[in-house]
Amino acid sequence: MKALRKYLDKIRPNFEDGGKLHWLHSTYDAFETFLFVPNSTSRSGVHIHDARDSKRTMTIVIVALIPALLMGMYNVGLQHYMALGLETSLLTKFIYGFLAVLPQIVVSYVVGLGIEFIVAQIRKEEVAEGFLVTGILIPMIVPVDTPLWMIAVATAFAVIFAKEVFGGTGYNIFNVALITRAFLFFSYPSKMSGDQVWVRTADTFGMGKGSVVDGFSGATPLGQIAVSDAGSFGEFTFQGITGQPLSISDMFFGFIPGSIGEVSTFAILLGAILLISTGVGSWKTILSVFLGGAVAVVLVNLFAQNAIMEMPVQYHFLLGGFAFGAVFMATDPVTSARTEKGKWIYGFLIGLLAITIRVFNPGYPEGMMLAILFMNAFAPLIDFYVIDGNIKRRLKRATPAK
Amino acid sequence: MANRINIKKGLQIPLLGTAEEVIRGTVKSEFVHICPEDFHGITPKLAVRVNDVVKAGTALFYEKNHPDMLFASPVSGVVTAIERGEKRRILRIVIKADSNMQYEEQHVKNVAALSGEEVKKSILDAGIWFLIKQRPYDVVALPDKQPRDIFVTGFDTAPLAPSTDFLLQDKEADLQAGLDALAKLTTGKVYLSIGSTTRLKGLREAKNVVITEFNGPHPAGNVGVQINHIKPVNRGEVVWTLNAPDVAIIGRLFNKGITDLTRTVALTGSEVKQTGYYHMAIGSELKSIFAQNVTEGISLRYISGNPLTGRKIEADGVLRAYDKQVTVIPEGDDIHEAFGWASLSPKRYSAGGTYLPFKKKFRLDARLMGGPRAIIVSNEYDKVFPMDIFPEQLIKSIIAFNIDKMEQLGIYEVAPEDFALCEFVDTSKLELQRIVRKGLDLLRKEME
Repeated sequence: MKALRKYLDKIRPNFEDGGKLHWLHSTYDAFETFLFVPNSTSRSGVHIHDARDSKRTMTIVIVALIPALLMGMYNVGLQHYMALGLETSLLTKFIYGFLAVLPQIVVSYVVGLGIEFIVAQIRKEEVAEGFLVTGILIPMIVPVDTPLWMIAVATAFAVIFAKEVFGGTGYNIFNVALITRAFLFFSYPSKMSGDQVWVRTADTFGMGKGSVVDGFSGATPLGQIAVSDAGSFGEFTFQGITGQPLSISDMFFGFIPGSIGEVSTFAILLGAILLISTGVGSWKTILSVFLGGAVAVVLVNLFAQNAIMEMPVQYHFLLGGFAFGAVFMATDPVTSARTEKGKWIYGFLIGLLAITIRVFNPGYPEGMMLAILFMNAFAPLIDFYVIDGNIKRRLKRATPAK
Repeated sequence: MANRINIKKGLQIPLLGTAEEVIRGTVKSEFVHICPEDFHGITPKLAVRVNDVVKAGTALFYEKNHPDMLFASPVSGVVTAIERGEKRRILRIVIKADSNMQYEEQHVKNVAALSGEEVKKSILDAGIWFLIKQRPYDVVALPDKQPRDIFVTGFDTAPLAPSTDFLLQDKEADLQAGLDALAKLTTGKVYLSIGSTTRLKGLREAKNVVITEFNGPHPAGNVGVQINHIKPVNRGEVVWTLNAPDVAIIGRLFNKGITDLTRTVALTGSEVKQTGYYHMAIGSELKSIFAQNVTEGISLRYISGNPLTGRKIEADGVLRAYDKQVTVIPEGDDIHEAFGWASLSPKRYSAGGTYLPFKKKFRLDARLMGGPRAIIVSNEYDKVFPMDIFPEQLIKSIIAFNIDKMEQLGIYEVAPEDFALCEFVDTSKLELQRIVRKGLDLLRKEME
């Protein structure tokens, strides 16, 4: 590490004002602070600082996402070989999924971070870490077969128009990863929904060649029930891609078709434990999303007319992006309500809306994305009323002006 | 029995280097330096020239808009230098101290026999009015404004803070005289706050005041927090604030008839070999207590005050006017720590859960431990801000300088020190105290 430190000190003058590479200063700074804790000391105010910084916070979120990412990768392979009717080892399935997902992660990071580095340089600021999380979220919430160029276009659009134009990390109104998904969803609907996109049937770098078995259908469980003719939930069975019935445990551990990140509720829960125990994610937001969802499901169940309206609450939580959205999207501190009371309201309404959209609009079987984006827009309003309570109390207490 | 208020929010930063409760001696400084910038909110006008002979209590300068507000020399001697900075701003007044202290005769008597106006005039004339501060704006109190109430904090919860009980040992009579004097200055009440660990009888059983006991972590000892829980400041109201050791200095004026600006000061910090308490006049040079008594071979940060709100000084710096504590910690600019964001090191301390919790005391240095960012994490400030105020929203309104919003969100109730813990825990490494200080100064300019 000492040699590296010396090398960094040696090349530093090139990146400072007047240096040959001064237009790469933010980039140099980003790498230097990635490698070494900056040793700039406080100039005003407190003389000591907490060891937690933005990098640490984002690192925790990324670590929390890893279980879901790994389970998702394994599931990509699992679904692939099942579709082809081939028996392979657990490791082969994982490697297949890993290779299928890796290019998406690379594309999302290269495009997003590229834009971040350029903008930071133009603003003469340090590179903010926000995209490190966004960049891994994006591949996790899109179908595995989304073409790479689409991910590139959507990421660029979201980073520029949902974040940088507002001022960068910390100033955005909408969750950047969800804007990426929304952009894809409305621009290329055929690649984002239906029963063709959730299971990768093609080979990856020559791995896993073959043709699909008869009776294959790649519809997600939520997609199935949304278009089902069944009159009640009792007449309906969720089916895997080869027509086998799906159990609750398949849904919990994530052996069902769906986006990479959302399938394994088990892995998402592991992430939630980390986020809550470190205080990085708000347990109030997470809990209230589930509460809101549960209330909505109970209400819908009471007046059920068809299978999806009758679907019990545990299926709602296990299927689709509900859990993933609650744990990783609703808790984004920048776009969420910022007051503690506000978080209860914000989360509750997300849960309520997500189930409502899911049940009443078969065109959007994934209500979570829209619900969170919608509540992103309303979060400042929620905070406004929470804070207004404090302001009113202060005004009431004050004696009339003399 | 005193009212008891529990403070839940806050943080006691576990730092190494609490001062041992032993008096190590008296610091006799050859030169004494008085820095007018310590007295926030005043414009100094000189009352002495170089080579003037002064006694302890002789006015060195006065406040431009209140010529009766004098600032006393803490020692007797000769004015040797008056250093000026940009726009002829007075940086420091240097006095060569006599070996034998001469005191200016202050002609004051027993407090009980004086009227409010007489008490006020005595304190102003003695040159120690600056010990009284006011909210709003956290500046030296304006003597011509009637305070609604006066708040005195009788304990200090700041990291490594000296024990107020220890500072006030044998000064209980002065403390009570000071409290009696304050009671004459307001038509409202004098509120004295004590900590749950306060044992000193002079504090616990003080007369002529309303005593409230606070129980909880820092910043429970901050007078701003106490006001917010006892009787918040509203728009248009003024309250005065002091701390107990300063009240004792006021009391000493009435008991002894002299201006005696000698304090008991704690020498603290992880880099001090032998901690302890010293007697010294404000403005005293500190090099004698640092010499051979601090860690060698590393870059150090010397602070007059505590690590949260103190002022950075040099190794040959002086005790600043309001401080009862001097702290030495590592500077940290000679440390290159690799991959800090992934660190599991037990040397790192965080109030949040992103590091493993270690039950021990820490040796923290002055590094920011990160780069400045926009405010990202929510509910971080609230956890260490036990007032009925939304700190993050107030900070944002100050940055935007939206006067209406600042007023609505409670700007009149706060001082920069109330945001010190928020600044410590801030993931975004923003200079919150500086933001609040600037906001208060600008607001004062707008309103007065």
